[in-house]
Amino acid sequence: MAAGNGQVLHRPLGLLAELTHRCPLGCPYCSNPVKLEPRADELDTKTWARVFREAAALGVLQVHISGGEPASRRDIVELVAAAHDAPLYTNLITSGVGVNDERLAALSEAGLDHVQISIQDSRAASADHIAGYKGAYARKNALAAEVVRLGLPLTINMVVHRANIERIDEMVEQALQLGASRIEIAHVQYYGWALENRAALMPTAGQVERAIETVEALRAKHHGRIVIDAVVPDYYARFPKPCVGGWGRRSLNVTPSGRVLPCHAAEVIPGLEFWSVREHSLEEIWQSSPAFNAFRGTDWMPEPCASCSRREQDFGGCRCQAFLLTGDARATDPVCHLAPNHALVAELAAIRADSPYVYRR
Amino acid sequence: MSTPRTVADDSVPRLPRGVRLVDSPAQGGMVLLAPERVFKPDPIAIEILKRCNGRATVAAIADELAAAYKAPRGRVLGDVKMLLGSLADKQLLEL
Repeated sequence: MAAGNGQVLHRPLGLLAELTHRCPLGCPYCSNPVKLEPRADELDTKTWARVFREAAALGVLQVHISGGEPASRRDIVELVAAAHDAPLYTNLITSGVGVNDERLAALSEAGLDHVQISIQDSRAASADHIAGYKGAYARKNALAAEVVRLGLPLTINMVVHRANIERIDEMVEQALQLGASRIEIAHVQYYGWALENRAALMPTAGQVERAIETVEALRAKHHGRIVIDAVVPDYYARFPKPCVGGWGRRSLNVTPSGRVLPCHAAEVIPGLEFWSVREHSLEEIWQSSPAFNAFRGTDWMPEPCASCSRREQDFGGCRCQAFLLTGDARATDPVCHLAPNHALVAELAAIRADSPYVYRR
Repeated sequence: MSTPRTVADDSVPRLPRGVRLVDSPAQGGMVLLAPERVFKPDPIAIEILKRCNGRATVAAIADELAAAYKAPRGRVLGDVKMLLGSLADKQLLEL
């Protein structure tokens, strides 16, 4: 397979299907764009089913059915069935609010492979405050228990920030009690809503250091019992993350209205031309859409990336972050200690304020 | 890295729900799909995984592979146990 610009083209492994931006919760670090897509623009059932078939034909193995809250879609069971038939490994990423037991049973019947539920904290009052939804904590726990009762594998995802970073051990204990087989500990990434709330969410360097030690100790303690995957806290790293495994290399994201993005935040970069599944097949988009080819490979890189021995390891980091922090999407991700703008990251991380959250609405 | 858990000869391995071995021509062969993870097993691992059907014991899997590949049974059994133990530690296999 070759890209429009003659580079070797990998086949994507994962598709993030954002069925809707609607969600009952208001988490201040939501990864959805600040400008949410309205319900009227959402793709219909038939179009999603076609997208799933095209994804499977393109080589995609797993679909991450997400949102917003994916269960806000009335046709969620039909959509999961269509993804399963595509055939794709189907992963439901849910807030846990909006899926009742009957619906979960129907999803399981439809061929759902795995469920991921996010938790906000190990303590109910704080969890509900972070989610901006009274009763969220209890509903999440109840749904998690039902997932396990049905025999579906469960991942508990915990987004970590200043308000809960001291309770990682308690949250891991909660996930174990719930019967999860996998835990994802994700430090907040500062895009979209999280960027708006950066000063309120940013942990201190000391907290981050202790959190990393805690996670290592928990991994050793629970080895063989539960898988713990952790996303490193960007602003305190020495090297940037290999964002989405490299631009246009391993995954793609379809927004509720059908725009296809190399990553969920890519629309913040001005001047990129995104194609829609309404006008193009997924294969055409993967191969030829200008947005996907903008940062593929290494030819676009400036120094210090261009001659860096890690250029095919971390791909210069994250394009969205480079743009958001420096105004230039081609710049080296400032998280990298070799980046000319690296000092900026520490300056930004030092800005902390206990201001009220700007909830995602 | 920790040593994989010990696996008994009479254990009956199976892939748990949410873990599937599938053929993907587009990705160039067999892949093991698990919760939010994808593995490309090597040819030997594929032969072992295909036999983890919830009926065959570890000993029977080793017998079959030793016969099929004309390899010393003791060494095959050791390799099979090592792989299954490490897969079980990663929640990719039930024993």
